[in-house]
Amino acid sequence: MTKAMTGAKMVVQALIDQGVDVVFGYPGGAVLPIYDEIFQQNSIKHVLVRHEQGAVHAAEGYARATGKPGVALVTSGPGATNAVTGLTDALMDSIPLIVLTGQVPTFMIGSDAFQEADTVGITRPCTKHNWLVKETDKLATTLHEAFHVATSGRPGPVLIDIPKDVQFATGTYTEAQQVETHYNPQVKGDMEMITELARAMETAKKPVFYTGGGVINSGPKASQLLRELVAATGFPITSTLMGLGCYPASGDNWLGMLGMHGLYEANMAMHDCDLMINIGARFDDRITGRIDAFSPGSTKAHIDIDASSINKVIHVDIPILGDVAHVLEDLLKVWKERGAKTDKEGLNNWWSQINDWRKIDCLKFKQEGNVIKPQYALERLEALTKKHDRYICTEVGQHQMWAAQYLGFEDPNRWMTSGGLGTMGYGFPASIGVQMGHPDALVINVAGEASWLMNMQEMGTAMQYRLPVKQFILNNERLGMVRQWQELLHGERYSSSWSESLPDFVKLAEAFGAKGIQCHDPETLDDAIMEMITYDGPVLFDCLVEKHENCFPMIPSGKAHNEMLLGDADTSDAIQAGGAVLV
Amino acid sequence: MSALKIKKGSTSHSAYNLRPNYSDTIERHTLAVLVENEPGVLARVIGLFSGRGYNIDSLTVAEVDHLGHRSRITIVTTGTPQVIEQIKAQLGRIVDVHKVNDLTVEGPSVERELALFKVVGTGDHRIEAIRLADIFRASVVDSTLESFVFEITGTSEKIDAFAELMQPLGLEEIARTGIAALARGHDS
Ligand SMILES: Cc1ncc(C[n+]2csc(CCOP(=O)(O)OP(=O)(O)O)c2C)c(N)n1
Ligand SMILES: [Mg+2]
Repeated sequence: MTKAMTGAKMVVQALIDQGVDVVFGYPGGAVLPIYDEIFQQNSIKHVLVRHEQGAVHAAEGYARATGKPGVALVTSGPGATNAVTGLTDALMDSIPLIVLTGQVPTFMIGSDAFQEADTVGITRPCTKHNWLVKETDKLATTLHEAFHVATSGRPGPVLIDIPKDVQFATGTYTEAQQVETHYNPQVKGDMEMITELARAMETAKKPVFYTGGGVINSGPKASQLLRELVAATGFPITSTLMGLGCYPASGDNWLGMLGMHGLYEANMAMHDCDLMINIGARFDDRITGRIDAFSPGSTKAHIDIDASSINKVIHVDIPILGDVAHVLEDLLKVWKERGAKTDKEGLNNWWSQINDWRKIDCLKFKQEGNVIKPQYALERLEALTKKHDRYICTEVGQHQMWAAQYLGFEDPNRWMTSGGLGTMGYGFPASIGVQMGHPDALVINVAGEASWLMNMQEMGTAMQYRLPVKQFILNNERLGMVRQWQELLHGERYSSSWSESLPDFVKLAEAFGAKGIQCHDPETLDDAIMEMITYDGPVLFDCLVEKHENCFPMIPSGKAHNEMLLGDADTSDAIQAGGAVLV
Repeated sequence: MSALKIKKGSTSHSAYNLRPNYSDTIERHTLAVLVENEPGVLARVIGLFSGRGYNIDSLTVAEVDHLGHRSRITIVTTGTPQVIEQIKAQLGRIVDVHKVNDLTVEGPSVERELALFKVVGTGDHRIEAIRLADIFRASVVDSTLESFVFEITGTSEKIDAFAELMQPLGLEEIARTGIAALARGHDS
């Protein structure tokens, strides 16, 4: 069935047809017709953010926490350019987003009209795909296709640029089922390769699962199958920052996060293993460290939906192109049909080696004196919130790494962090998106004071929509991660890494009508955290912590996994000039 | 979400060899990329090369199927085998790309380029230019009393050789199309 309607109405209709319930946006001249349509309906809720960057990060948070694509709507020109950081962030972390931008009318494109920007040109490298729609008749088709592209294959952000005259004009609405597409990435893995992996699993003496965000993107079934596979094989498992929660942190085989600030046992297992099974991760430089020293003795298998991720940085022996859930299902089946064999004795030795590594207890720290250690703050936060229906966001910096180390994630979609781009200012708006998706959950953004200030205007959004997001700031009055690198790599010359002239966060919260809490005393920390949790509304928690704490373990850039620094005593001369050029 | 109808024969099954044997030698490959003829598709392909630091030695593009809305981009690129594999995989994930063929590895292919040469001169130089053009099967498409425009088709090497010979004879300007290439035989 085809219907005639205006372009603006098509936008709303297509969103409804695609099951969208919330749009994060900010109006302006070039999207007024769409805002007019939004005003006249009740199916879709619009959340007015305070900055377009916030709209995109909120949509990302929503997408990560619900498994559905996030939608943002912004105006032309500055609205679109403000969305660029969020788009790039979503592209790096494979988050499905549909971003709609207004554009000047088609007959004015190219004339440097008011608020004109070459939005498709600017966003081409930071979207999975984008479109400028010049005819109203093509708008509905493009919208439906956009959802398909954003959510199929390796997910990612897409953008549709809609000129204002296209929004006003009337055209025919095309239903989603009538839209044809040629974009159809392969999901089933090659059975021969899968069998080869099963065979390798049977004889491996020192195997490890190295999992990543792809497991979470593949959907809950992928995490489910992964858990079955780990339980059935007894192999140890580690994960990247993006994959936390795909296997429970309380699970017996869990080694903790790996990578630059990963756990000793996880990195050592990666370095020494004889079979590495990469599931939905991409051998990022935060993970591999020095490439030529990366896990030198292992056979490497890689399951990924994106052919360009395979053999990009690390040469693999068993490449499997496909969707994680599909491949794991086949892998489990094949491995069981072949007798569900593993090298029990080899595995026992491997586990005893791993248990020796665990004894190093690389995350140990001492809370003493009257200053709160950031690790302690997170340990208490974990203890006091663990039983809740809890979602954690972070900003970027030391606090992010500590959160990854000291908080435990039992399920997928519970951990929202900017991994690939490392965007300060991501966490607060993301927490707003998460809370929109899960109104009754406890949503906490573990923040650094500097990052939090980058998108602090979203306090207005949290207040307006009564979103009880908890902003847990580990305030070290430093750009802590920058300071740490300056300490280790730049002769302790702390160039511009002090957070100067900080606001009074309690008063700041109150200025917005929110609740502010400050805590500097380890003795009162638990009570303060409880006060934050029980307060029904947004809270800004200013947790004053040790200012010069460093985040360990750390694999310095340019070093191998087994050259990890475990604590301050290790750091003198640890990093040589070669590593300093790396980021 | 409502599902879309997925066109038959459009699945981007991997044509890439996922298990290559890499060496460090720099190779030159000719890639034929069949794309949806959409605005911006060329910008996507070029942006990919500049953004990721790949080389483009030659690039041609034109619509090849008006009804099917398809264009063909022929790219000649150089890189180590690993980089070439990356380039193909990266091209393959562009939503508007239907198919990537590596003509250099997928069996024999023919490559041709067309060029126009403006040669200015009189007397002996002029006579010698005409004589050489004849040997190279270049034809005269414009002439004045002091100049010729020659048209020549052939491999890039042939055109390079022609350019070298014309240099001392008053070669003033060259326009080259870049390479067009097809696999030999049928069923490519
Ligand atoms: C938008 C942006 N600008 C700069 C950086 C570089 N950077 C990474 S961490 C960091 C310091 C973050 O400080 P804070 O938020 O206080 O966190 P802390 O490290 O102190 O926990 C900076 C400046 C970044 N990641 N993102
Ligand atoms: Mg800080």
